Amino acid sequence: MLRQLLHSRLIGIVLIAGLLGLWELSSAKGWVPALSWPRVSAITVTWWELVKSGELPTELASSLWRMFVGYFIGVGLGVLVGLLMGAFRTIYNLLEPLTEILRPIPSPAYVPIAILFLGIDDEMKIFMIAFASFFPVLLNTYSGVRSVDPVQIQTARTFGVSGRRLLWQVVLPSSSPNIFTGMRISLAVALIVMVISEMVAASNGIGYFILAAQRGFQIREMFAGVFTLAIVGYSLNRIFLALEARVLRWHHGYTQQQRS
Amino acid sequence: MATPFLEVVNLRKEYVGPEGRTVALGGINFEVERGSFVSIVGPSGCGKSTLLQIIAGLVPSTSGEVLLQGHPVREPPLSMIYVFQQYTRSLFPWRTVEGNIAYGLQNRESLSGSEVASRTNEFISLVRLDGFERHFPWQLSGGMQQRVAIARALACRPDVLLMDEPFSAVDALTRVGLQELVLRLWREFKLTIVFVTHDTDEAIYLSTRVVALSIAPSTVAIDLAIDLPHPRDQISTRELPRYLEYRHRLLAQLFKDEKLDSAQNSLPIQ
Repeated sequence: MLRQLLHSRLIGIVLIAGLLGLWELSSAKGWVPALSWPRVSAITVTWWELVKSGELPTELASSLWRMFVGYFIGVGLGVLVGLLMGAFRTIYNLLEPLTEILRPIPSPAYVPIAILFLGIDDEMKIFMIAFASFFPVLLNTYSGVRSVDPVQIQTARTFGVSGRRLLWQVVLPSSSPNIFTGMRISLAVALIVMVISEMVAASNGIGYFILAAQRGFQIREMFAGVFTLAIVGYSLNRIFLALEARVLRWHHGYTQQQRS
Repeated sequence: MATPFLEVVNLRKEYVGPEGRTVALGGINFEVERGSFVSIVGPSGCGKSTLLQIIAGLVPSTSGEVLLQGHPVREPPLSMIYVFQQYTRSLFPWRTVEGNIAYGLQNRESLSGSEVASRTNEFISLVRLDGFERHFPWQLSGGMQQRVAIARALACRPDVLLMDEPFSAVDALTRVGLQELVLRLWREFKLTIVFVTHDTDEAIYLSTRVVALSIAPSTVAIDLAIDLPHPRDQISTRELPRYLEYRHRLLAQLFKDEKLDSAQNSLPIQ
């Protein structure tokens, strides 16, 4: 029984349940000051009330809307610029130094600049999210394009395919595994930047909600917000992986065959 | 005199590397008649594949030219399709068998979607891959994959098929099957085939002419018309005195170039 548990994936779930139990206990026994450490059960009740009243879903909806708009702008531009940089040496030489300077700047550092130019509304947050999502996709797309098998390019050429068609029909699908890797990193980044930008300047959204709850000493609400983010982050990743497995079905089998 | 169908004129290819300039092709001349099956053989490293890629318009030559019906080839012409040695890399792994065979057709503006579909099916049957339409190439055996590549090339109805050691990576029996397939398709579609191989027996068996290259900087060492009856037979053709005579001449040329230096090294032709 115990041996079976040790070898199954269930053991991870058991750990989470154990930690939540410990949390409950530590709060009930007063090991940690209860004011900033409410019981898990109490947080869950509050969370459920906030969901039922529609408050959390509303905040989440405005957050997710901003996140996805920014994310898809960033991904779109990242793929486009990555393809161009990979395909044309001149564009690479032109843009590579600039991306290497901009990329290492941690996203929160340019929030003040973004506020100066775009204010504190959605534009600023969408810009921030797009900007941060852009780089992982750009870099991965670029390396994908660089590693396209020359035989595939030559094959397309013998069928009279060149230029934009070649990019679309061969380079893009061949780079798609790398592009998906970049997109998955960017998704996590987008979630982070969404919360940060909402904590800095916003009047709604889940980041704002968490910070406002903390400032108003509504500690259970604060934790409920954090729980929500955990659920959202986890779900987004699962959805992404399912989508990836579908789109890249060929790639999985192909790489397995190459290895054997 | 009439213009030759396909003509290779004074073709030279030089590479500039860290060790200076190397001449791969040192002035190649030969002609290919319409409807003929010409094999190019030569010692390894003599630039056979490079020559074929230049003929295809995939690689530029240093000097000299390739003329297809009198017109210089600079970009890959639509009437000429190149079949790659590395079929596992040449087939698009994200496309199914069907999708791969349709690839060339989808890039011909003159064809509608339903024409593409029906011609794709026709060529799937032609190479006997019915039932595998929805498989991905990597789910198939090597011989089947090469049949997909051949069908993909033929579906475009080219006049010329350029084949670069297409059977070098499959086992002997599969190879015989593919040789028969190519001979059948050559007759059926009245193709002109230029076929690169390192196997002189394969070259003689398949061809109407064999061109043997010397070591680099290579030139044409032997240009041999193969006068053997059609249809050919895997067993009896290979036993004809004339077949053995051709074999003798070609092997003597190749062995001379390989500079055999010991008894252990007596099998330069794999």
